[in-house]
Amino acid sequence: MAQEKEESALYEKDGEKYYVVDGHVHFWNASPENWVEGQEEYAKGWIECFYAYHELGPPEWHWSMEKYQKYSEEDMMKDLFEEGYVDKAIFLPTNLREWYKDGFNTTEANAVLAEKYPDKFILNTTFDPREGSEGLKVFEEKVNRYGCKGVKLYTAEWMNDSKGWTLADPEAEPYLEKCMELGVTNIHVHKGPTIWPLTKDAFDVKDVDVAATNFPGLTFIIEHVGLPRIEDFCFMATQEPNVWGGLSVVLGALMHSRPRFFARVMGELLFWVGEDKLTFSSDYALWSPKWILEGFVDWDYPEGHEFDDFPRLSTEGKKKILGLNAARLYDIEVPAELQVAATA
Amino acid sequence: MIPNRATVLDALSGVRDPELDEPITDLKFVASLEIEDGTVSVSLRLPTYYCAPNFAYLMVADAREALLSVDGVEEARVVLDDHYASREINGGVNGGRGFARSFPGQTEGDTLDELRGIFRRKSFVSRQEQLCRSLIREGRSPQDLAGMRLGEAREDSTFEKYLERRSELGIDTSPDAPLVVDPDGKRITRATVVEHLRFASTVRTSLEGNAELCTGLLAVRYGITDREEETA
Repeated sequence: MAQEKEESALYEKDGEKYYVVDGHVHFWNASPENWVEGQEEYAKGWIECFYAYHELGPPEWHWSMEKYQKYSEEDMMKDLFEEGYVDKAIFLPTNLREWYKDGFNTTEANAVLAEKYPDKFILNTTFDPREGSEGLKVFEEKVNRYGCKGVKLYTAEWMNDSKGWTLADPEAEPYLEKCMELGVTNIHVHKGPTIWPLTKDAFDVKDVDVAATNFPGLTFIIEHVGLPRIEDFCFMATQEPNVWGGLSVVLGALMHSRPRFFARVMGELLFWVGEDKLTFSSDYALWSPKWILEGFVDWDYPEGHEFDDFPRLSTEGKKKILGLNAARLYDIEVPAELQVAATA
Repeated sequence: MIPNRATVLDALSGVRDPELDEPITDLKFVASLEIEDGTVSVSLRLPTYYCAPNFAYLMVADAREALLSVDGVEEARVVLDDHYASREINGGVNGGRGFARSFPGQTEGDTLDELRGIFRRKSFVSRQEQLCRSLIREGRSPQDLAGMRLGEAREDSTFEKYLERRSELGIDTSPDAPLVVDPDGKRITRATVVEHLRFASTVRTSLEGNAELCTGLLAVRYGITDREEETA
């Protein structure tokens, strides 16, 4: 551990040092060789959709589509750890095996890097309650094999005739109980830009409310803070101490392209959720952490009275969001000099 | 009578993206418009290939209905371009099949009206907050607002939009009706008005923020000029 900390490019600005956890990263393969035959349009459409989000970042950070479809291990290590100031990165898998032969970004693909660089990555897995007791067994095996402390869940994913599931379903209960038993305490839930299900509102966060109440020992991190239903997320997170927000799309898609709205959204999040329950992430390779991190450390509300009622964000608050909060969730050891008083 | 282009566009401007609460014409979702005798053809485009198909369906269906309401329009064809469900949506709307029958086996009944209802309520709350904010800027307190009637507010465009949303929900729009009510039409009291407006302001941030995100994505996707950020 000590050795790894010396290798990291520590982020230091105006005499302040930051411990950085990138709370949401991918190692995906969306290149045409990996597209499932007959599903090419979906596979292509998916990565093009990601690419549009990518282009909301600063132009000097735009990649070519070819690189965006498939980037190398070297790219990732450089963008995160050499140039991006990241101390630890958390892998969250997105399988999408219906469209991508080897999957889009699977636990297995992530594990190759996580096992090669154990000091750098935290590996998470996933489960789907509709797979019943068989799935539960597979989930437990993966947790035991990879030592996961978290999962990434997609409640809107289809399976056969089912158009999604919810965390409040009876089928989800044994899985959440298993999470408690195995110490998989970080439940990352994708409630953000998505496609399915068709009729229901796929962004509905009510089910998280139920699960968070029933499982106070688990922390539910709502990735993308429920965008585009940020208000529903805020009203819920303010009542549930174990509901947090992951900032990836807010930072990557709004901070550069819509600074005033970014400020309003941040203001709302700070008001309702608070600086102790928000986590930074780049969603790499949606975006690269370097510009987001630098921008966020320098960030303050723009001129204008519309921001007057929002809580201010201090350097301490930024330190929490950039790494100390996630370090708490994942028991990451942070050197004393990088702590702030409240979380030490 | 051949329908006039301006009239047709005006009719389209009455169609809103339910999630973003803005006209599809302002959002630049109308990609093309052709009028040939009594036949109007419109193509729509959206910010991403995977924009939620339920909302997409609503917009295509609403656009077609708006076109058919214009004098002289005998036939209206609305197609959605570059979307993963273009075929189903276009066939469904123009063939009058309805949402559930356009996606056989993929939906659980026609619940689009329910979805639309949820967003009409959000839109109502957001427009009310905008109106209240402008009244507060003019020197009124939130408590004053809780005591006001509709007839006491100035009739500007912010007010008009609020009235529109109110009547969509079937809430009383007569001059004597209380100005600040919840989406069920229940009056907000002096005791709860501050909290009510605080919630409402988050709803407004959400709707407006989504519109900003979506217009940004549309600009990137089609290489069109992005709009400037509005200041509140």
